Amino acid sequence: MGMDNEQKRNDLAALQAKLAQSRGKDLWRGLEEVSETEEFNRWLDDEFPNRGTLPHVDRRDFLKFMGASMLLAGLSGCRFLPKSHIVPHVMGPEDRVTGIAVYYATTFVQDGFGTGVLVRTYEGRPLKIEGNALHPSSLGATNATMQAAMQTMYDPDRAKLVTYRGEPSTWELALGTFRKCIEQTKKGELGPIAVLTPLTTSPTFAAWMRKFVSQTGARWYQYDGVGRDAAREGVRMAFGDDTTPVYDFKKANVVVSLDADFFSEGPGHVRYTRDFADRRRVHGEDVQLNRVYAVESTPNLVGAFADNKKRCKASEVRQVAEALATAIGMGSGGSAPASVGDSFVQQAAQELLANRGSCVVVPGEHQPKEVHALAHAMNVFLGNAGLTVTYVEPVEADSKNGVLSLSRLVEAMGAGQVGTLLILGGNPAFDAPADLNFAAALGKVEHTFHMGVYANETSELCDWHLPEAYFLEAWGDARAHDGTASIIQPLIEPLYDGKSQLELVAALCNDPRGGLDLVRDFWMKERGLTKEAWEKSLHDGVIEGTASREVAATLQPLNLDPAPATSGLEVIFRPDPTIGDGFYANNGWLQELPKPLTKTTWDNCVYVSPKTAEELKLNVWRDADNPQHDLAEVTVGSASVRAPVIIQPGHPDGAITLHVGYGRTKAGLIGDGCGSNVYPLRTTATMHFAGNASLKVVGKAKVANTQYHHSMHGRDIVRYGSVSKYKENPTLEPPGTMHIGGHGKDEDKYNLFRQGKKDHAFDGHQWAMVVDLGLCVGCNACVAACNVENNIAVVGKDQVINGREMHWIRIDRYYGSKDGAPSLDSPDTHFMPLACMHCEMAPCEPVCPVAATVHSAEGLNMMVYNRCVGTRYCSNNCPYKVRRFNFLYFTKQYEKPSLKMLMNPDVTVRSRGVMEKCTFCVQRINKARIEEKKSGVPLKDGDVITACQQACPTQAIIFGDLTDEQSQVNKWRHEQRNYTLLPELGIRPRTTYLAKVTNPNEEVEA
Amino acid sequence: MAPKDPLQETFIEGSGNTYLSLQDSIGSLTLDQKRHNRFAWWFPFVVAFGMLQVMMLAITLLVFVGTGIWGINNPVGWGFAIINFVWWIGIGHAGTLISAILLLFRQQWRNSINRFAEAMTIFAVMCAGMFPLLHTGRPWVAYWLMPIGPNNLGMWPQFRSPLVWDVFAVTTYLTVSALFWFIGMIPDFATLRDKAKTFVPRFAFGMLSMGWRGASRHWHRYEQAYLILAGLSTPLVLSVHSIVSLDFAVSIMPGWHATIFPPYFVAGAVYAGFAMVLTLAIPVRKWYGLEHIITLKHIEWMAKIMLATGLFVFYGYICEAFYAFYSGNPFEKAMMLNRMTGPYWWSYAALIFCNGLAPQILWSKKIRQNLPILMVVCFIVSVGMWLERFVIVATTLHRDFLPSSWGMYFGTIWDWGLYLGTMGLFTFLMWLFLRFLPIINIFEVKELFYKMTGRHGAPKPAAAVAGTPEKVTADE
Repeated sequence: MGMDNEQKRNDLAALQAKLAQSRGKDLWRGLEEVSETEEFNRWLDDEFPNRGTLPHVDRRDFLKFMGASMLLAGLSGCRFLPKSHIVPHVMGPEDRVTGIAVYYATTFVQDGFGTGVLVRTYEGRPLKIEGNALHPSSLGATNATMQAAMQTMYDPDRAKLVTYRGEPSTWELALGTFRKCIEQTKKGELGPIAVLTPLTTSPTFAAWMRKFVSQTGARWYQYDGVGRDAAREGVRMAFGDDTTPVYDFKKANVVVSLDADFFSEGPGHVRYTRDFADRRRVHGEDVQLNRVYAVESTPNLVGAFADNKKRCKASEVRQVAEALATAIGMGSGGSAPASVGDSFVQQAAQELLANRGSCVVVPGEHQPKEVHALAHAMNVFLGNAGLTVTYVEPVEADSKNGVLSLSRLVEAMGAGQVGTLLILGGNPAFDAPADLNFAAALGKVEHTFHMGVYANETSELCDWHLPEAYFLEAWGDARAHDGTASIIQPLIEPLYDGKSQLELVAALCNDPRGGLDLVRDFWMKERGLTKEAWEKSLHDGVIEGTASREVAATLQPLNLDPAPATSGLEVIFRPDPTIGDGFYANNGWLQELPKPLTKTTWDNCVYVSPKTAEELKLNVWRDADNPQHDLAEVTVGSASVRAPVIIQPGHPDGAITLHVGYGRTKAGLIGDGCGSNVYPLRTTATMHFAGNASLKVVGKAKVANTQYHHSMHGRDIVRYGSVSKYKENPTLEPPGTMHIGGHGKDEDKYNLFRQGKKDHAFDGHQWAMVVDLGLCVGCNACVAACNVENNIAVVGKDQVINGREMHWIRIDRYYGSKDGAPSLDSPDTHFMPLACMHCEMAPCEPVCPVAATVHSAEGLNMMVYNRCVGTRYCSNNCPYKVRRFNFLYFTKQYEKPSLKMLMNPDVTVRSRGVMEKCTFCVQRINKARIEEKKSGVPLKDGDVITACQQACPTQAIIFGDLTDEQSQVNKWRHEQRNYTLLPELGIRPRTTYLAKVTNPNEEVEA
Repeated sequence: MAPKDPLQETFIEGSGNTYLSLQDSIGSLTLDQKRHNRFAWWFPFVVAFGMLQVMMLAITLLVFVGTGIWGINNPVGWGFAIINFVWWIGIGHAGTLISAILLLFRQQWRNSINRFAEAMTIFAVMCAGMFPLLHTGRPWVAYWLMPIGPNNLGMWPQFRSPLVWDVFAVTTYLTVSALFWFIGMIPDFATLRDKAKTFVPRFAFGMLSMGWRGASRHWHRYEQAYLILAGLSTPLVLSVHSIVSLDFAVSIMPGWHATIFPPYFVAGAVYAGFAMVLTLAIPVRKWYGLEHIITLKHIEWMAKIMLATGLFVFYGYICEAFYAFYSGNPFEKAMMLNRMTGPYWWSYAALIFCNGLAPQILWSKKIRQNLPILMVVCFIVSVGMWLERFVIVATTLHRDFLPSSWGMYFGTIWDWGLYLGTMGLFTFLMWLFLRFLPIINIFEVKELFYKMTGRHGAPKPAAAVAGTPEKVTADE
């Protein structure tokens, strides 16, 4: 009987078949229950079902066993802990030396477009993303999102399992179900299959999608929470055909931005920032600056940088574009809104005309298609096409108008015409336009599948959730802003049970091969890459010769619909500056990254101009130090959202801005409950702005800012001046500046503590940094890069309110105006990156009672964490307040197994109660020095690059050795506009700043 | 008769005093436990004990969770802990000043209050000493500030840091004060040993009196030791708070970096110390019937010292403000304006009221002798001295050089908890002292009495109240 039962219980194949048939909430307790045997029931009812198998023991045997057990119990005490063995590789993997980083090229995909990156790995563990200098979208730089993406990779809240209605399941079951759906669809028993993907540029993925569509008759829809529909439609409107504009800011003497933020969004923005910065470098007499005219609605980074800036409502930008087109002689009338003024438009037009072929008009990503069409028309009219802007074959694969595509899908779903819906990535249940009511339509689809890196709001509504491999875990490809393709090369096996979208689609086409085969075969067989070319592409991170070809840009006659009238209070919707459309909501580094202009963290707020705030009876003159803000309820139509108010100088009057992406409910431990969800306010007709909003104050809410005081209080902090002022006085220093102890000519005359004396024996390399304030656009890439490189902890909203954020480098943002008095309506904006200045006479050092912060012979102010007892005197005595203290056990978060893998092994993870601060990336310096010692080859300039410097898209941060006469840092320190921050303290910081030179057109009326 | 020197006066008031009655009125506080009634002893003691538990809780949480439970942040890295540290150290100053400096100046009136003030000093320094230890991020390694030396730790502390000087100053002060206190009590322990009727006090005081027999050799050595310790303590009175002030003055922060700090801190410390002595002495002398030993004259003189040191302190405030504007340093100026008109203006205004204006009523003799009003003034001064340190610590740090890093500072419930807790500890120890140790120097009071009356204890008609008899011999 026993045997029989045993056999039945182990009949696994039968059991699995039974399992595969079962559906829904059939919960089962054990394999036996499912096997439904009589024996099982007996077994279940019996309290000790297996007692028959116990051996019969008599008294003597019992005593023998007891004796032996006691003896063995004693022996077991000799062991300490369960042993685990570390076994070295018998045949070491090529190029792998423990503790030595290896870099691999891969591609980071943001909004569908690829940016080439190099990923640093330690023992097969990807750790830090750097830009790939060979890739056209990067040129070696990155943005903040790319840097912080590492935390998403190791996020413990990522989707780990295939789930069916929330219960763990398997890939086999999921795929089996899907295949059955395909079969049923073919037989006509089930409605058609629909696939919803985000925008993609991946040639391989697109090829497989086409194959899937042709095999199954599926329909392919595309939608992104923050899409590029307007940009694409605008191009179509201008040229009648799909092309992708690629800008070349290097060639542009005059840039007109129509609410564009090419420093922080849109394809290629990292590259554009670099090109742009190359036109802003001031070197001695060489002052060949471009000039930027910016019209902006929600204040953005381009506006903050612009030489001439005007603000208007988002809906009025089109009027500005029309006025500008008229002014350059191609439009049919129209005048600029009052807040912009004719003078601005006329001056911009004059300069555009004077710089035909070397100017560019850039439309904003979130402006309606008409603005894009007008901008392209102006560019062609001005002869810029092919010079400062090149129109190339579309980079996006099978692109679709997202809103239209999603509307059609929802329509089909609602009509019961979709039998199976596969959502690849994305989160439409969260970010679809509110009027589509995607969630309700989803309920009408019989089989729903969602694949994502996270199980999110959408997967909750779908039957199946499939974990997606992150880009560091799977093969793929993507194209850059100019069409250059590059391979996504995995750096590690999927941490969880993830597959890529490509692998899934191929598997559904009955091709079970892995991603490598799929991608390699595509490129080698279909695109004809040789083996060498393939390997070179993998190594370089760029597939040569894949950039899109230029197409002839022939203007179509523009038939613009009359602008829809907007009235009442306007709401402008924007993706969040740090967490984007909401995908990165669970990324602590991005949540805690201050928004570039408001320095807010962990929240989205209602941005209002001071004047409008007064009209709306908001508390405009609230105490700057108080984190309590007005909590406003914004209502558009029938939907409303509550968010704290931030008075944003420079915001257009009569409008407010809300950032989407916050208010996630299924983001994970970090992202849930942060901010408020603005998506319900957006409809298909009002994706970028809406009129007739109302706002009322409903209470108070706390906002976590990292900076509360926005004016320089008349102090000499950020030095700046126009080109003409620079030519008069290249130091740009305000009158009455004190020089004692600075880096002026007389520095040693006034220096009581001359070099080489007792205090510090300076010896060897002398590290120093120069930050060009004229180039900093405030993009936060350096802050994010520093977080990743230096294992910086995330402290959370409450601690930020408490002033305890841990960023080693911060970007101070000050508002000012040309005549010195801060202007609330349209202030000048200045950014100042600030990290430990490594003062030669560091005030933190003598006050430390235990010598935990000391000076190195190479001029580094060093922190000895082990020695620190945490008196915080060093921080009190730091005039720049760049030291950060571990008030609590902030790094406890990194004890989670997956986040442990995020830690850079070269940098100590600081524990509770110790002080920390920027080290000038001493681990990188040491690494270079070790190499120097080993090889005997002296260090060259550029051998040591700090993390912030490496990430900076504008190369505003220059680091190097002062003893090297030829070094860049020496070159820039000898600029006359080089200055020391707080020179009168005589502490001789090693970081100095280059004053900011702006190039405003003085003719423009304020 | 020599010209009358009021400060050389000696006081024991009332008629019918004898050596025995004086000895009993002090000694029986220890030997006759029935003198401690429910209100005067148990009520403050139980309240203090409760507060002590708050302190234990606050410390436990602090050690387990971290200094993050407090309100400190970046830019304000020091908060209640340092404020309280300086406050308590200041309070501790009256004791040594009374014991040592007044002894050297032969101010005999000190004899009736010195023991009490010394005890206060020791307890206050104990409270104070806790804060620098606890305020560190890792209190378990705070001993690295001690010069334990390379043999044990592999390195010395960093001697340029004023925090290390602090360690020396405070530990020296505590050691010398404790020695001074103990040695001063030895003859009294012997008296209590001899008078004790039960075993426990006899044994305990027997051990503590270290074999004192009252031999003239003992007295000789005692006097010498006491004088040497007084000599050692005297510079300490000036040095401890000077060094504490250097914690601030050595830095480069506008508002801290000032040469006036040492004298102004010392004056403030004496000021605060006398305020606290009065705050405690006024009720205790009443509750325990010691009004004939701690007389109104004593109280008045202490009030006068308060008034004088209060004026020093006020002068310091004026100087600080003057130099901020006179220096032409924009950061100093901004700092001073911020103190006066910034978000913490209330603390500066309250400080000027408490420490500068309120004590001016002590110019009136009537008020100096009006105990309830004097109590209120002392209390105001104690609050004011706390505010002074709050103004120095918080308003300096919260807005320094770069506006981008400015912030605010507020104490949390645990900041207050620990502060109240140390008050509990102080009161707890004080009240134990009241009950178990001679709170007034018995033999010195007897000596005074002798000087006033002679051997037989009969009042001297001429000099009983008014001044030192220049020659009092045993035969008189």
